[in-house]
Amino acid sequence: MTVASTNPRLTTRAIGDDTLVTLMGDWITKDDGGAADSAAATAALFDRKDLKVIKFDSSRLGRWDSSLLVYLSAVRDAAAPRSIRVDDKGIPVAARRLLALLPQQQAEPSAAPPGRPMFVERFGSRAIAQWCELVAVTVLVGGQLLQSGAALLGRARMRRVDFVGCMYDAGIAALPMVALVNVLVGAILAFVGAIELRRFGADIYIANLVGLAQVREMAAVMTAIVMSGRTGGAYAAEIASMQGSNELDALRVLGIPLQDYLVLPRVMALTLMTPVLYLYGSAIGILGGFGVAVSMLNISPELFMAQTRSAVTMHEISFGFTKSLAFGALIALAGCRIGLKAGRSASDVGHAATSAVVVSIIGIIMLDAVFAVCANALDI
Amino acid sequence: MDHEHQEPVLQVQGIAVGYGDQGIQHDVSFDVKRGSIFAIMGPSGCGKSTLMKALIGLLRPSAGALRFGPEDYWALDQGRRDDFGRRFGVLFQGGALWSSMTAEQNVALPLQMFTHLSGAAIDSLVQLKLSLVGLDSGRRSMPADLSGGMRQRVGLARALALDPQILFLDEPSAGLDPIAAKRFDDLIVQLRDGFGVTVVMVSHELPSLFGICDDGVFLDAATHTAIGHGAPSVLRDSSDNPTVHAFMRRELPAGNEKPA
Repeated sequence: MTVASTNPRLTTRAIGDDTLVTLMGDWITKDDGGAADSAAATAALFDRKDLKVIKFDSSRLGRWDSSLLVYLSAVRDAAAPRSIRVDDKGIPVAARRLLALLPQQQAEPSAAPPGRPMFVERFGSRAIAQWCELVAVTVLVGGQLLQSGAALLGRARMRRVDFVGCMYDAGIAALPMVALVNVLVGAILAFVGAIELRRFGADIYIANLVGLAQVREMAAVMTAIVMSGRTGGAYAAEIASMQGSNELDALRVLGIPLQDYLVLPRVMALTLMTPVLYLYGSAIGILGGFGVAVSMLNISPELFMAQTRSAVTMHEISFGFTKSLAFGALIALAGCRIGLKAGRSASDVGHAATSAVVVSIIGIIMLDAVFAVCANALDI
Repeated sequence: MDHEHQEPVLQVQGIAVGYGDQGIQHDVSFDVKRGSIFAIMGPSGCGKSTLMKALIGLLRPSAGALRFGPEDYWALDQGRRDDFGRRFGVLFQGGALWSSMTAEQNVALPLQMFTHLSGAAIDSLVQLKLSLVGLDSGRRSMPADLSGGMRQRVGLARALALDPQILFLDEPSAGLDPIAAKRFDDLIVQLRDGFGVTVVMVSHELPSLFGICDDGVFLDAATHTAIGHGAPSVLRDSSDNPTVHAFMRRELPAGNEKPA
């Protein structure tokens, strides 16, 4: 169906008080746009001061679509306030029907968006929003603390199957990624340390370096970052998309508390599994350092193990373990909170996932700094 | 208008649709005449929407041909199919509006993607389409803030954005109150008369079917094929198939205990 189409054209002719508009050609929405040209034509039509009636002749009109309607409705709307009558007899019947569907005056575009509020106003509303968020987070954290107590006694409205599913997701399913990241970090630490230590003939202290760094810092932080990317973001996206499809409302009406049903299993699972993953990550990281030390730096395996055992004490492990507990809770709470307050559109889901990961990672680093300062002050 | 003598704009010839090995409908054939309002009818779960997916290019049928004029749609390559697709307007169930755009932006997107019109020209077309479907307020609202009926209207305006030749409607009046449904039905008729567009609609709302459809096909869930052809009111009055008869009269099938 490739009928060559001609451009929309029109001529106007004055007959007494009337103006006759003759429509010609094909009025088809095209790239060069009949609609745009017709705006100028409409304006020209109303130059005549003594105009009373506008008539149309469409006997030479070809094919037409919406662009003809755009023109006709523009003429009609411009004629109304000037009390000029539009005689629609000459318009094709079908177009007349469609024109009748259009309200006389095109709906005015709604009021322009309000201008930028004053600084004080913006500052105030920001502060109030921050305060509300702080309260909401406090309520969430407090509620989770109380509820996890209840859950341990088997009294929370949380399904065992959800909890086990979350444990699997946040635990076993994360093992390969945690292992990969930690083995590489351990190996990198060994490489970097070896170059310096060798200059002092202190090769063997590579075991201390890798062991301490992994157990105190790297394993905990790297594992938490991995978990915030793969699990925290997923929590936020999942809860946000439930928001979009009214699933959260369905839970609310049934009287199922979101805190118990959705948040609690996730927070408990991640808080319990992150320290376990930390222990696994520490061991794997030391293994990575061990591999590099033994194969490339000619340190005997027995010596490396003995040195590691003397450097890494129970003390260090419990320090890293405690940090991981805090990181796990932080990631899960941030993910769930951001998911719960997300909007309902598709892009809101994306925003929720992104901001959950960003908030978690920044939170992890800040919390780690707090731990470091406290450890220093308490001489741990 | 007499549609009996008009050439078919869409011919469905022995089409079979299904997911994987699971056949949903087979040997379905019908012609859709230019300017008609064609109903795809049938009980819930019979595969109405699945058949429609094959018609609008979302699901390749496992057998049969779908002809627009001389061309077999599914035998064309992807690029040609896309060209064809631009002549379709589709209103999905519930509107399927893009949730992160306002009503206006939803209607403007097809125009921005497929024409080189100026922003002002696109805007005037968008306002026209939204006025045509009777959306007088909430043009700058997000879909989540619109009512079901308004979302449906925006969906229709979006389907009309590129002035399609065939308009596919999936359950257009589902979820609307009787008055809103009647208004929407009238709107479909007015748009058909105005633009001369051909309408293919999936529906099981009897008032809509009798009110506006002048041709149709009835799909059966038990035998997985078409068991009735013709306008809904004709099927109601003259079909001797017990399922079609019961469906059209909103009765329980006589002597048929087994739910379809």
